[in-house]
Amino acid sequence: MIRASFQRAREIGAGADGLNIFLHSDESASLEEADAMKRHLESAPDAGVLAGVPVAIKDNIASLGLPTTCASRILAGYVSPFEATAITRLRANGALIVAKTNMDEFAMGSSTENSAYGPTRNPHDVRCVPGGSSGGSAAAVAAGITPIALGSETGGSVRQPAAFCGVVGVKPTYGRVSRYGLVAFASSLDQIGVLGRTVEDAALGLETIAGFDKLDSTSSDAKVPIYRLSALGGPAPETRSPDTEAIRLGRSPVPLAPSPGATTLRGVIIGKPKEYFPDSLDASTKDLCERAFDRFRSLGATIRNISLPRSPLAIPVYYILAPAEASSNLARFDGVRYGLRVDPGKGLKAMYEATRSQGFGPEVTRRVLLGTYVLSAGYYDAYYKKAQAVRTLITDDFRSVFASGVHAIFTPTTPTPAFQVGAISDPYEMYLNDIFTVTANLAGVPAMSVPIGRVRRLPVGGQIITAHFDEFTMFRVAYALEAALGAEAHQ
Amino acid sequence: MSRERYEMVVGLEVHVQLKTRTKAFCGCSTDFGAPPNVNTCPVCLALPGALPVLNERAVELATRAALGLGCRVNPVSVFARKNYFYPDLPKGYQISQFDQPLATGGSVVIGKNEKGGDVQIGITRLHMEEDAGKSIHDRYPGATAIDLNRAGVPLIEIVSEPDIRTSAGAGAYLRTLKQILQYLDVSDVSMEEGSLRVDANISVRPPGQATLGTKTEVKNMNSFSAVERALEAEFERQCALLDSGGKVEQQTLLWDGARETVRPSRTKEGSHDYRYFPEPDLRPLIVDEKWISDARKHLPELPEARKQRLAQEFGISHVEVEQLTATPALSDYFEAVARASGDGKSAYNWVMGEVLAALRPSGGDIAHFRVRPADLAELLNLVRDGTISHTAGKRVFGQMVETGKQAAQVAADEGLLQVGDEGAIATWVDEVLSEHPEEATRYLAGEKKLQGVLVGFVMKKSKGRADPKRVNQLLSTRGG
Repeated sequence: MIRASFQRAREIGAGADGLNIFLHSDESASLEEADAMKRHLESAPDAGVLAGVPVAIKDNIASLGLPTTCASRILAGYVSPFEATAITRLRANGALIVAKTNMDEFAMGSSTENSAYGPTRNPHDVRCVPGGSSGGSAAAVAAGITPIALGSETGGSVRQPAAFCGVVGVKPTYGRVSRYGLVAFASSLDQIGVLGRTVEDAALGLETIAGFDKLDSTSSDAKVPIYRLSALGGPAPETRSPDTEAIRLGRSPVPLAPSPGATTLRGVIIGKPKEYFPDSLDASTKDLCERAFDRFRSLGATIRNISLPRSPLAIPVYYILAPAEASSNLARFDGVRYGLRVDPGKGLKAMYEATRSQGFGPEVTRRVLLGTYVLSAGYYDAYYKKAQAVRTLITDDFRSVFASGVHAIFTPTTPTPAFQVGAISDPYEMYLNDIFTVTANLAGVPAMSVPIGRVRRLPVGGQIITAHFDEFTMFRVAYALEAALGAEAHQ
Repeated sequence: MSRERYEMVVGLEVHVQLKTRTKAFCGCSTDFGAPPNVNTCPVCLALPGALPVLNERAVELATRAALGLGCRVNPVSVFARKNYFYPDLPKGYQISQFDQPLATGGSVVIGKNEKGGDVQIGITRLHMEEDAGKSIHDRYPGATAIDLNRAGVPLIEIVSEPDIRTSAGAGAYLRTLKQILQYLDVSDVSMEEGSLRVDANISVRPPGQATLGTKTEVKNMNSFSAVERALEAEFERQCALLDSGGKVEQQTLLWDGARETVRPSRTKEGSHDYRYFPEPDLRPLIVDEKWISDARKHLPELPEARKQRLAQEFGISHVEVEQLTATPALSDYFEAVARASGDGKSAYNWVMGEVLAALRPSGGDIAHFRVRPADLAELLNLVRDGTISHTAGKRVFGQMVETGKQAAQVAADEGLLQVGDEGAIATWVDEVLSEHPEEATRYLAGEKKLQGVLVGFVMKKSKGRADPKRVNQLLSTRGG
């Protein structure tokens, strides 16, 4: 499998002069690891559900062996001495980490154009962006290089590239996956997510990495169901206990393909929020969403028109809170202990200024400045505090919709399919790409994007959102839609 | 004299390192004096991706301190980030508490006023935070070295109300606070090791004026007396400034102990904007009622309570009890000796006399003193029941300190057991009278005041073993 991954990467031109998907990989080390795994499997067939499976990791998740640069000059060559809990859990289940993927610098962007190491291209159309910020991970899966990749979300950075690249992308409930080892952008919004070729791959990936971690105070001890069982329909039949150490799931007892008819959605109420279907929505995207609603109806689900009235406030709220936290989280990149240091020899302040000016790209600089501003004395109440209050209202909207009996919400993932590299130069226009996805980050609810068809050659994603910690229902709806659409999901 | 026209108004901010084994947000050791940067990990080095996890023991000690200072412990408190750039602050922010601190509204009594009422200093708030590392500017020419062993050590900051009116009051407040924290066993409270640090806010105003003047903040004092001297110097400066028609400017000043003066800090502290916001990596700290009431129940005895109890139980004076309760270790030692010997007065005399004198040369710690309270009590009992004389007792004590042997053992080995036997004493008396014919003649002739001298000779001859009462009696009969 590992040899095939690297073979596929070569065929498709994943290198820096092609799609530019990977920032770091070490083929010979990976092949050695794969051989060791092969020998291990001969003596221990129960080596984990991901035994020998190649997985690509976004470059803002700390890994042993390969560098962790966040696609920033300021961390050029930096190798972490410790590993993210999510990666430890992947490895404990037999996965082999084959590459670190390109991204928008420090996960700030929606196109993977903000990488210090050049943009990643969309495998479906090299003139287009793969989305971002987890564009490299989405492209790796879309190009068939790895079946699963880890990305990270702060405002849609897994779901939006999943939609642009025609793959499945999951952002779990805030607290579901340990953030230990995820380089912080906006701590109250950040969450590691999974990109997979199919709903099953994504479910498998999330099962592996989810669960309590004593190293992350904001991780939840809520029980983690086996998400693949949602393919059988019905409520979560089995849960496993919260874990403090790496988990070994063992061989799966789950039938890997759902039996026909098992994917009924009888009794399921799916909400259609009017705020997510504005008149300005791309017509083809809207049509594909309507087709998805038709499929839901044929599966027995009820479609209910709902409102999430405060959702239109999400972009301004997000662009206050996320930069505020980022301005503080990125203060540690100061040239003192690790990473880039540029010292003009004119004292400490000059060293800070030169290091940070040369180390950070324009979008990161913009957000650090914005965040510093909104937290400043005299502006805090008007911006940060007010934004927090509106964030609570946005969350309340979701809570009341789910409390009213709605099981899942369905929306387009993005307002348009992938755009061309260089097409959007206005930062604010770029921010609007996240208009349908940021609300789930602000509210902390789980959400995922699944392919629902194509416009011309470009994939379109549909978004499924459920209540806090109800990823099981989210996967159930996703499995059903995937099965109902069949090949249409990619047409 | 201008200073009589003004009143000093002082509030103190005291940072105290908590006595935990590990740091506030990671598992690194808090040991003082380790080689530079040894006690560090990804969390306290602020490596990308590392996250803080709160040390429960730190919360326990902070809560105990809050209760001991009469504060209200808030059921919900929130950690906040205090943002500023400095090389010894690895994250670029300090995890602290801001608008929702752990505890609020306490007080300490620092003495009595002229009318005999308590002088009370209010405590505005007590919050938890982490220490920064150390910048070492004088080790390498032209460069600053950073030691991050201290980064992340848990602190509490205790902020007083501006209730202090004199520099001596500031000293009294600090000594009282230190004593309470020692009794609570939450910190080493050593200014030398930096486990207690003091910043002072000071302003002046005409007596009777209700509003406060513009304050300055004075830092860099390395002892309580330095705090007092710095406050005096800054008081003088502000008074003189106002008298000459000037205005006090809000600023941070550094105490220069060598020059006995304050000077402006090079960094513009006043213009700092720390951009506080709630720390998103930690959940709000929730301390439940039962936990607080349990902590209250298990609160160690505080200095005031102990003073009253010891005075009552062992019949010692107010002045004596003040001396004995200076530190919890000293009062523990005294109490154990007094209880085991049943004699508070002798226990006081011995502990404050012989014991402290024995500890002084080595600067040793009474908690680890070789002569344990039970051993000293045994010695006191031997002296009281006349088995050995008081003089011999002191010699025995010296041997106990040196060898670690028990009192009875030393007394026997050294032949110091007191001799009450008439025959032996009579022999010593006769020998003394014949060896000192001049004194003997004068004494026998009626010069009674020489009796003391002769008793001394007998005691010396007997190596302290003779019971002085008997010697006196015998001499009296001879002389009579």
